[in-house]
Amino acid sequence: MIGLYVPGDSFLHRAPAGVKLLVLAAGLAAFGLLRGLGAVVVAAAVEVGLALAAGLGPRTVLAHLRPLRWILIVIGSLQAWLSGWQPAVVVCGSIVVAVLGASLVTLTTRTEDLLTALERGLGPARHLGVRPDRVALVLALVVRAVPVLSRIAGEVHQARAARGAQRSMRAFAVPFVIRSVRYADRLGEALAARGVDD
Amino acid sequence: MTAPAPLTVRFDRVSHRIGRRTVLDGIDLTLTERRIGIIGLNGSGKSTLARMVNALVVPTAGRVLVDGLDTARQAAAVRRKVAFVFTDPDAQIVMPTPAEDVAFSLRHQGASPRAAREQALSALAGFGIDHLADSPAHLLSGGEKQLLALASVLVTSPELVVCDEPTTLLDVRNARRIVRLLTEMAPSLVLVTHHLDQLDALERVVVVHEGRVVADDSPAAARRAYLELAEERP
Repeated sequence: MIGLYVPGDSFLHRAPAGVKLLVLAAGLAAFGLLRGLGAVVVAAAVEVGLALAAGLGPRTVLAHLRPLRWILIVIGSLQAWLSGWQPAVVVCGSIVVAVLGASLVTLTTRTEDLLTALERGLGPARHLGVRPDRVALVLALVVRAVPVLSRIAGEVHQARAARGAQRSMRAFAVPFVIRSVRYADRLGEALAARGVDD
Repeated sequence: MTAPAPLTVRFDRVSHRIGRRTVLDGIDLTLTERRIGIIGLNGSGKSTLARMVNALVVPTAGRVLVDGLDTARQAAAVRRKVAFVFTDPDAQIVMPTPAEDVAFSLRHQGASPRAAREQALSALAGFGIDHLADSPAHLLSGGEKQLLALASVLVTSPELVVCDEPTTLLDVRNARRIVRLLTEMAPSLVLVTHHLDQLDALERVVVVHEGRVVADDSPAAARRAYLELAEERP
């Protein structure tokens, strides 16, 4: 979701964000109820078809699945060992189907449109004291913060290595926490400067 | 058509303490020019002074008036007139893509999503970064990020832009570009800087040292005062 939108003009790109989120939720709920190898194969085929129709290349789609590989190896191995290969394929396939479905939404929808849809969807929760605009803003800040924190972690890791303390957890944790808190502080200041919460 | 008169910023016996440390000490200053610089050594209090104009910091004694508005009691009204640009654009950019970040400023002013996006794209084009509108903000270069921060601020048409060392993290070319855009596009400007060559574009420069204003003069005279301070033994 971190700024992964791929511009395009397919029907998936043009579909309203709220509709895509609803279809994703309903599709995954139905998929969860059906289960089984057949459901995995059908759902995966539908998603691959949608990805092709949206003009998303295999490289783009695979880039979303690559971070899952270690999780899939661990879970798949455990499942195969405990329950056999077929349950292992179903469990791993289900994870891939869920992530691929969510990726199709984020790849074809601007973050802003997703947040606007979310804000609209949370509208009724106003009666319960929830502020949908604040919820959307918090989610946007999370999306924005992930690459910044990742960069901080990389810089701290390099600084630690440069000082010959590669194995020291403390040499990583202390500066990382301090810099992250400082970033949060400056972000808060920037929001205040832009008039948020005035 | 004549440009509207610049905002008057008045520091009235302003002091600021953090714990036992005095950051600013009895500042009396009235700023009326369109192009004002603030310079000083590290830890002199210049950034705190600049932050007070946007009500990000309120004095522990005295008061700051922006166009007659007390920053301690009317912060929201002050921020509608005064925008702030930070040193590190990474902390200033709050949305994942440039178009969304500029649109965020406009949405906050009540623009519809569609109008905000159209205006955001137009603003980005004005800064020559419209081709990056939907790119992840974290992948932009330092110069592009600061241009985006500037676009997000100027799109709201503030009456005064306060910048706290906006070029410190940039190379010479990008630094010059940012200062040129600021002096061209900001109706009024307060620029905190360490780059003395940037002072030439300003009308008045205030030198801050150990929490006090030690010089308040033309750019050339202020530069001399600053360099004398820098030569002093610590």
